[in-house]
Amino acid sequence: MATPERLTIHEAQQRLARREISSVELTRSCLERIDQVEDRVKAFITVTGDLALQQAGEADRRIEAGQGGPLNGIPVQIKDVMCTRGIRTTCASRMLEDYVPVYDATVVEKLLHQGAVLLGKGNMDEFAMGSSTENSAFFPTRNPWDLDRVPGGSSGGAAASVAAGEAVYALGSDTGGSVRQPASLCGVVGMKPTYGLVSRYGLIAYASSFDQIGPVTQDVTDCAIVLNAITGHDPRDATSLTHEKTDYTAGIAGDSSSSPLSQLGPQGGRFRLGVPDEYFVDGMEDGVRQTLMAAIETMEGLGASVERVSLPTTRYALACYYIIAPSECSANLARYDGVKYGYSYQDTDQMWEAMERTRQHGFGPEVCRRIMLGTYALSAGYYDAYYLKAQQARTLIREDFTRVFQQVDALLTPTSPVVAFPLGEKTADPVEMYLIDVCTLPVNIAGLPGLSIPCGFSQGLPVGMQLIGPQLSEPALLRLGYAYQQATGWHKQLPEI
Amino acid sequence: MALDAALVQHLATLVRIGLSEEELETLREQLSHILEQFEVLSELDPAALTANVQAQDLPHGSGVMREDVAADSLEPAEVLQNAPRLEGEFFRVKVVLEE
Repeated sequence: MATPERLTIHEAQQRLARREISSVELTRSCLERIDQVEDRVKAFITVTGDLALQQAGEADRRIEAGQGGPLNGIPVQIKDVMCTRGIRTTCASRMLEDYVPVYDATVVEKLLHQGAVLLGKGNMDEFAMGSSTENSAFFPTRNPWDLDRVPGGSSGGAAASVAAGEAVYALGSDTGGSVRQPASLCGVVGMKPTYGLVSRYGLIAYASSFDQIGPVTQDVTDCAIVLNAITGHDPRDATSLTHEKTDYTAGIAGDSSSSPLSQLGPQGGRFRLGVPDEYFVDGMEDGVRQTLMAAIETMEGLGASVERVSLPTTRYALACYYIIAPSECSANLARYDGVKYGYSYQDTDQMWEAMERTRQHGFGPEVCRRIMLGTYALSAGYYDAYYLKAQQARTLIREDFTRVFQQVDALLTPTSPVVAFPLGEKTADPVEMYLIDVCTLPVNIAGLPGLSIPCGFSQGLPVGMQLIGPQLSEPALLRLGYAYQQATGWHKQLPEI
Repeated sequence: MALDAALVQHLATLVRIGLSEEELETLREQLSHILEQFEVLSELDPAALTANVQAQDLPHGSGVMREDVAADSLEPAEVLQNAPRLEGEFFRVKVVLEE
């Protein structure tokens, strides 16, 4: 039987309901695990142990009273980009090192309302800009599968904490792959929902036309449970969708080992999977390619039809993203002026100098690069060559997906072209780090949902498969992922740490 | 496209980030290298595409309007709680205009 901190949400739920374990016991076991491994993994910026035990006690009382929903009493880590009232929220930046929000993000409010136990705040790349968590202003997080390697990023703390058994699940944010890529590199499940499905109120903004909050979990069932908890219209986020609430666990609870993909397609036919040539890029590792090929065969064996498809505008995705996201970032981060909150340089009586020193000392190198890059792309004289062209590329990329989704129901791709890489390997050249995200960026550009699930190992390190569907196709992606997971069990492999 | 130092310094002024000479040179090289990655976009024909550019960032299309309903907001003390410098209920800033 799994040790308490290794329980999934749905397993913990059952054992809590049967009184085989209490939330306080479950929370203690997570905190003990944090004590054991955190000095090596470094997945947390802040651990809120006392608060967690207090919340766990309250959760236990709700269980005694026969109350409490699916997440009641279950410990979670939340990426330090989501505001938590009264709990320091740093964005892994010197700029917000001492910032204590006076309100909760909508997702935090929703989780707490459902009885979640908050273990603490997850490490990340500063302001969610990066792919390895090495851009944290405080310390890098390490991959539980190999402590000399990165966990991916920017939600590296979220993925590492779940992989290491420190948290039962975590919330991350995904602007260009920041939930899916670390989930892939750490061997856990990560989802970026459709743009607008989860409220961003209280999510510290990086690039607002891409940002989306998503779950990091041990399996697909848990992903669906968390999605149920965090989705829904929020009038405080103007991009929040108003569609009817869906039960994402429908069709995936229970152990169906039959071959559901033969009936999962439209009108009960075979589920049609497309494999886009352009995602099997030149720099892709052989081991990752072979693992993906085996995953494709498994999907066929489960009853899906598989065909090669083409998304030719994928070649524009990197340029498109790295023009538009920094442009939005340059506007979003203009608010850090040292006047209203955050780090403030005081050693001068001149306003402009104070502001320049505040931003020089408060922001790390990658944040400065993106602010400068975005301002350049938006400048008079360069706007047409960069920003406008990038918006045009965005339209083409979206149209490409729309076309291909008339042909297939979902796409199967690698999440990352490489497995977890050694710390320091890609920090010298920013472009090399950007290229890690080639398979995840297009999904944010088009506002689509993407699910990364473990699909095997290369060099002893986890490989992730990405499933991409049309907007609001989360139920189909989750069912697809669930079928694969039940047939393979890769998600049950755990790192020895 | 290689950027020159004067342009990078101009950008730094626009974004209000102080930079040492060394930081400025590093950024000049890195930004130039990043801009090379964007050359692929020169393939696109702007004339053929302009019509599609508008309104793409609301994938689901709805203009967002709601009733103007009064609701509780934060107390002034809460809003000011993270401020580095205050004077009464005001944020205190440094000298803006010189004589």
